[in-house]
Parts: sequence; C-alpha cells; structure tokens
Amino acid sequence: MSTVFIILQANEETRSIVDAIMIDNPNAVVKREPAMIKIDAPGEMVIKRETIEAEMGRDFDLQELQINLITLSGHVDETEDTFSLSWNN
Amino acid sequence: MDMKATKKKIGMKEKYRLLTRDLGWETTYQTKEDIYPYATYEGIKIHDWDKWEDPFRLTMDSYWKYQAEKERKFYAIIDAHAQNNGHLNITDASYLSALKIFLQAISPAEYASHKGFARVGREFPGVGPQVACQMQSIDEIRHAQTQIHAMSNYNKYYNGFHAFADQRDRIWYTSVARSFFDDAMSAGPFEFIIAIGFSFEYVLTNLLFVPFMSGAAYNGDMATVTFGFSAQSDEARHMTLGLECIKFMLEQDPDNLPIVQKWLDKWFGRGMRLLTLVGTMMDYMLPKRVMSWSEAWEIYGEENGKALFNDLARYGIRPPKGWDLTGESKEHVSHQLMLGLYQWRFGTSFHGWIPSNDDMDWLSSKYPNTFDKYYRPRWDHIKKLEAEGKPFKNYGLPKLCQTCQLPALFTEPGDPTSLCQREVTYKKEKYHFCSDSCQDTFNQEPEKYIQAWLPMTQLFQGNSGGGGLDAWMDWVSLQDGVDNGDYHGSEDQKNFDAWKSMTTSNK
Repeated sequence: MSTVFIILQANEETRSIVDAIMIDNPNAVVKREPAMIKIDAPGEMVIKRETIEAEMGRDFDLQELQINLITLSGHVDETEDTFSLSWNN
Repeated sequence: MDMKATKKKIGMKEKYRLLTRDLGWETTYQTKEDIYPYATYEGIKIHDWDKWEDPFRLTMDSYWKYQAEKERKFYAIIDAHAQNNGHLNITDASYLSALKIFLQAISPAEYASHKGFARVGREFPGVGPQVACQMQSIDEIRHAQTQIHAMSNYNKYYNGFHAFADQRDRIWYTSVARSFFDDAMSAGPFEFIIAIGFSFEYVLTNLLFVPFMSGAAYNGDMATVTFGFSAQSDEARHMTLGLECIKFMLEQDPDNLPIVQKWLDKWFGRGMRLLTLVGTMMDYMLPKRVMSWSEAWEIYGEENGKALFNDLARYGIRPPKGWDLTGESKEHVSHQLMLGLYQWRFGTSFHGWIPSNDDMDWLSSKYPNTFDKYYRPRWDHIKKLEAEGKPFKNYGLPKLCQTCQLPALFTEPGDPTSLCQREVTYKKEKYHFCSDSCQDTFNQEPEKYIQAWLPMTQLFQGNSGGGGLDAWMDWVSLQDGVDNGDYHGSEDQKNFDAWKSMTTSNK
C-alpha cells in the first residue's frame, strides 16, 4: 500500500490541525523537522473540519489549510467537511 | 420582534460551478478553432472539457482572501528580518552561494512559469483548467516577487546578488534553468502542462523546495524559510493541477497515452539535470547540512515517485525513462558538478571553495560507495595544488550539452571513470550531449534545439561582450575579485566575520 502524506508549517494553528489529524487517522505517523511537520499515512488520510474546530476552539474553513500547507502526496478530494488524500493502489 | 432569516448556504461544489464553469460559453460568430488555435496540433484528443475536475474548487474570492493573508504574514516577517539584522543569524556567509544561485537561476524561472501559465490559461478550451492556470500564473509572479524581496536584504550586505537580472539572461550556469523554461514555453499547451504542471510541479518540486527551505531553516535563514513556506502553500494547488491534468488527458482518449509518456520521459530527464544544482547545493554549500542529495532523492524521488507511478500504472503509464539510472547517479552528480563549479569559480557570481576535512568526512559517511573512491582523491589533489600556491582554475571553457545546457561532466552509467559524451551530426553541424536522455530529446525535435542559445558558443562567436574574459565579465555584470572566486579571502567572508564579532563586543 502506498503512503500518502501532508506537510504543514509548524505554528500555533497547525498544532490543533495536527492533533485533529491524529485523532481521525490513528495509523498516521508524525515526523517533526525544523519549522515543519510531516504526517504519513498508509493508503489514505482524511482530515475533518469538525475535529479541527473541536481542537482549535473556533470555526474553521477547510480551505484555510492552504495557508499553512507546504506539500502533499496523493489524490486530493475536498468538500466542506473533509479534505482527503488517497492513492488508488 | 426578532426574526432571524435563515440564509440558504450554497455548497462548495455549487459555488464553484457558479463562479467558474459558467464563465465559459458557446461561441457564435467565431469558431472554436480560431479562438483556440493551439488546442489540437499536439495530437492530444479531448472530447469533454467538463470532465476536468478541480480538486481544490477555489473561487476568486477565496483565492484573494487566502493569498492576501499569506502576503501579510510574509512581509511582516521580511520586515522583522531586516529590522533585526537577521542576516547575521546565518551559520556562515558561505551559505549565501546557495541563495545567489537561487536568485540568479530559480527566481527567473518562477517569472517564466508565470508567463507560461498565463499563456496556457488562454489556450486551453476548458474553463476548469483556464481558471486554475490563471491562478497559478498569478502565484508564480508572486513567487518571483517574494523571492526577490526575501533576498533583497542580503543584497544590502553581500556580493553576488546585485545583478541577478543580467545573470539570469547572460551568464552560463543560469541557462540550465532558463533553457528548461524556454523549452516548455515554446512547446504546445499540453506539453507545457505535462512538463511544468506535472513533471516539474508534481514529480520533482519537493526535491527543489524542501531541501532549499530546510537548508535555510538549518542555517538560520529566516527570510528564505518564510518565502519558501509562503510559496509552498501555493505549490499544493499546483501539484494537484498537474496531477489532474495528466489523469484528465489519459482518461479522455487512449491515443493520448504514448504522447504523454514521451513527454514524461523527456521532462524527467531535463528535470533531473536541473536538480543537479540542488544536489550540489545540499551536499556542498550548507554549513549545517540537512541531509544528502542521495537521501533527499530516496524520500522525495524514489518513495514518493513509486506511489505515484503505481497509481498511474492503471492508465498504462510506466516510470519515465532514466528512472532506473537515478539509483546510481544519485551518488555521483552533486560531486561532479561541484568539482566543475569550483574549477570555473572565476566565472560564477557566487563563491566556490574546497570542502573542509569535516565536510569531506560527512560526504564519506553519506556516500560510502562513491565519495572516498572517486571524489576525495580529486579534492585532495586540488587541496595540494592550493597549498603549493597554484589554486586550480580551468580556463578551458566547459562544453555544454545542447539540450540541458549543463557542462557535459557526467559519467557513463555503470562506469564513473568515463565521461559520458554523445554527439549527433545534423545538417552538417555537430551537436554535443551529456547523456542518452538529452540526445534522445534533441533527436525528437532537432529543429527546436539547434536554435538553443548556448553561453559558451555565444562567447566564442563574439556575442557576449565581444572580447575575452574581461569583456565577458563586464557583459554579465560580474565584479572580478568581488562576486567570483574562492569564499576564503572574499569580502563576504571578511565582512560577515567582522559584523558577527561586533554583535558581542563593545570594542
């Protein structure tokens, strides 16, 4: 199974986003490097707006992810409620 | 009485459809062929442009909002960096050679990319890709701007930055990136989007940006980290545009497969050659190393590429030609190019130097199969010459590859002791190449590549300042003894060391 990943800038906002991703994707692995956070997951990663809002304590639009996004790997599917990455293999 | 009128919210998909797709219309008094004259000549067949899916579904109002926020954050940090003499936080001023190469070669490529995407945004008949390409075009000009701004503070204190625009156009090593984009921009819109949108922005982008930006983070360069992250947040959209375009082309018609595969092969080859500059930077120009080029290739090339090509296999796509060779070449190319840049350091608008003993030990540990066997002996010989007062400079100008325009200093796959040289005679002229891949690219379209502007050929023809080396230096705005040569003994080194010591002394 191929790995999908997302890399985010390391800052106060992404702290909540990373926590949310780990809650919804228990098989994901976090790798921290200077100024950035890489999250790998086998096959698929689903990021949920509701979970982020619960962690962050405010309303969150998933498109705001773009401000802190560095790079990613996998096919993207975005709706109002979820942002997911997947490979078809 | 309080009455709350409930506002009906349009869903993201519907909002996107209303604000973008409905911008297209069926033409009445001009034919589609006249309005989109480049849409079919490449042989790519598109039957239904509405099938192009934009994963990010970004509308212009969201675009402006998020981009404006990125800009505000970016410039706040750039101001703080300048105000606080952030330049003194870098590990060493030798690190700036990496930035000088970036400003002279890569930032101009961002601007070229802007032009290219503006063009294809006009040439594609589908509204979805039109909107995405136009946004990318604006992103790329923003990248050029933010890079120039980020480095402008270094320009106030250090040499080699001031004439990046002249060097972009005229100096020799920048033509590697310049010709890469000229090649894409003079191709048709579909080749452009595969070349830049997919091959470069998807397959290879992480290898350009993550090392440079991590290198900046590890070496105390806040300005570059900031611009890097600001740009990378746009790159995710670019990556998805590229991936979506290749999927779309392959799904529209099976006849598109061989054309797309041929472009993948070509652009992977050109992309790998371009990335040699990054590999050299990572292995030799960062006082505090992040990882080796070999390691970066393993993570962002081999691993990530495997996932991607396994996914695309269902369309009949195979990994690009030359993919198999990277397993070997990843342990050689950075050393080969740095040895070249060192010997021609009289002609670079950045400093070169001999790696220290610590540097060489690091290189030995990261390249256990190749460094001590093939490259340490050459550096040791160069060190010996320097100690004898005869620092090695090669005034014989490099023979450039007609396609990728790098000096043809790479070795034969399977034999690191033999230079890889290829040549083709076309219309009674001889053309030279660094590899099978570059020769193949030339042979596919010789009429295109015989028009390439090669810095060395131009110099010999008297077109680069008209005279010898001095005239050439004037023409490329290279200040001899200031911008070029060895880092040790340079004005950059003297100044950096002096200013650093002033920060902790009252003398």
